[in-house]
Amino acid sequence: MERDFEEIFQDKIDQEIKIEPKDWMPEKYRQTLIRQISQHAHSEIVGMLPEGNWITRAPNLRRKAILIAKVQDEAGHGLYLYSAAETLGITRDEMYAQLHSGKAKYSSIFNYPTLSWADIGAIGWLVDGAAIMNQVPLCRSSFGPYARAMVRVCKEESFHQRQGFEILLTLGKGTEAQKRMAQDAINRWWWPSIMMFGPTDDESPNTIQSMKWKIKRFTNDELRQKFVDVCAEQIKILGLTIPDKDLKWNESTGHYDFGKINWDEFWQVVQGNGPCNKQRLETRKKAWEEGAWVREAASAYAEKRKQKQVVTAA
Amino acid sequence: MSNTEWPLWEVFIRSKQGLDHKHVGSLHAADAQMAIENARDVYTRRMEGVSIWVVESKYVHASNPAEAGALYDPANDKAYRHPTFYHLPDEVKHM
Ligand SMILES: [Fe+2]
Ligand SMILES: [Fe+2]
Repeated sequence: MERDFEEIFQDKIDQEIKIEPKDWMPEKYRQTLIRQISQHAHSEIVGMLPEGNWITRAPNLRRKAILIAKVQDEAGHGLYLYSAAETLGITRDEMYAQLHSGKAKYSSIFNYPTLSWADIGAIGWLVDGAAIMNQVPLCRSSFGPYARAMVRVCKEESFHQRQGFEILLTLGKGTEAQKRMAQDAINRWWWPSIMMFGPTDDESPNTIQSMKWKIKRFTNDELRQKFVDVCAEQIKILGLTIPDKDLKWNESTGHYDFGKINWDEFWQVVQGNGPCNKQRLETRKKAWEEGAWVREAASAYAEKRKQKQVVTAA
Repeated sequence: MSNTEWPLWEVFIRSKQGLDHKHVGSLHAADAQMAIENARDVYTRRMEGVSIWVVESKYVHASNPAEAGALYDPANDKAYRHPTFYHLPDEVKHM
């Protein structure tokens, strides 16, 4: 019986028929999606922290308004994704608990600090850029609520990347000190950004199943290569450099070759030893704990109003 | 008390006057008023709507996907409900 269900399920996937929350699905498909979507949601939420750090210090009102709008968008992305995950049978509070206990991961990139204003430019260009590269194919993911959330996210991401590039472009045309600041930011964000696509294909055993289920459409290495190719061209317009001496156009492959990624660093940060892991988690936990009275007060107020309505109706 | 989640609400948005409200997603809120305000912030940051409906998710009743076959079967063999079923001479205009 289970076998039949699984065949019907895979058949739908092969025909590009979306899976909706109440449809039958293999338990492993459900669990994979819960993990991936909630991790994605956590990344959007934690991702607000490094950028939020610069809201009060944005160089002018225009930049400040833009940064606030971008950070608010990220909150929205987190919320779309949490709702999508909830359709699979996990509660919002369970997901928060997993984040706060360290059981659930979020993108390691957000464990790096934002040291100068130019980092806001580098994050927009590289971090949002890598995220977009990842997210565009997810708009066609086989699970309906995830795909729909991603369509919304992708529509909003485009401005994030463009505003970041614009910041770097402005700094690149500025004084020597501004140029140095932009280059320094790119130097620090480049490698963590290309690590965002995750381990190499032969190190990611779940990729094959995820691709068969059409949760994923491209492998980590495919997406990483696309990203490197795009950035290698865009950097020329900035008049800055990518900190990789091995970055070179390869005529025969039609792609840019690039240097060796420091996977030790990647795993160190995933395991909690990045520069800001502790700080990020503590900030999230503090926000959750210190917001408890607001959640309780709103519930109490809603309850009181409901009681009143009952009385007037009677 | 602190362990109780705010209820889940489904959000429907009319993108412009004259169009239907369309389901856009869901969110948590303590009451309807807050659900509408949150929906404004979460789902209409770029003028996506001129009107918002929120419905507490527990009040939504859905058809069962496992019964989809039987449920929609009666419509399956009635091609004559579609205008393309009828073959009329080309000379007939405006029909
Ligand atoms: Fe985002
Ligand atoms: Fe973004």
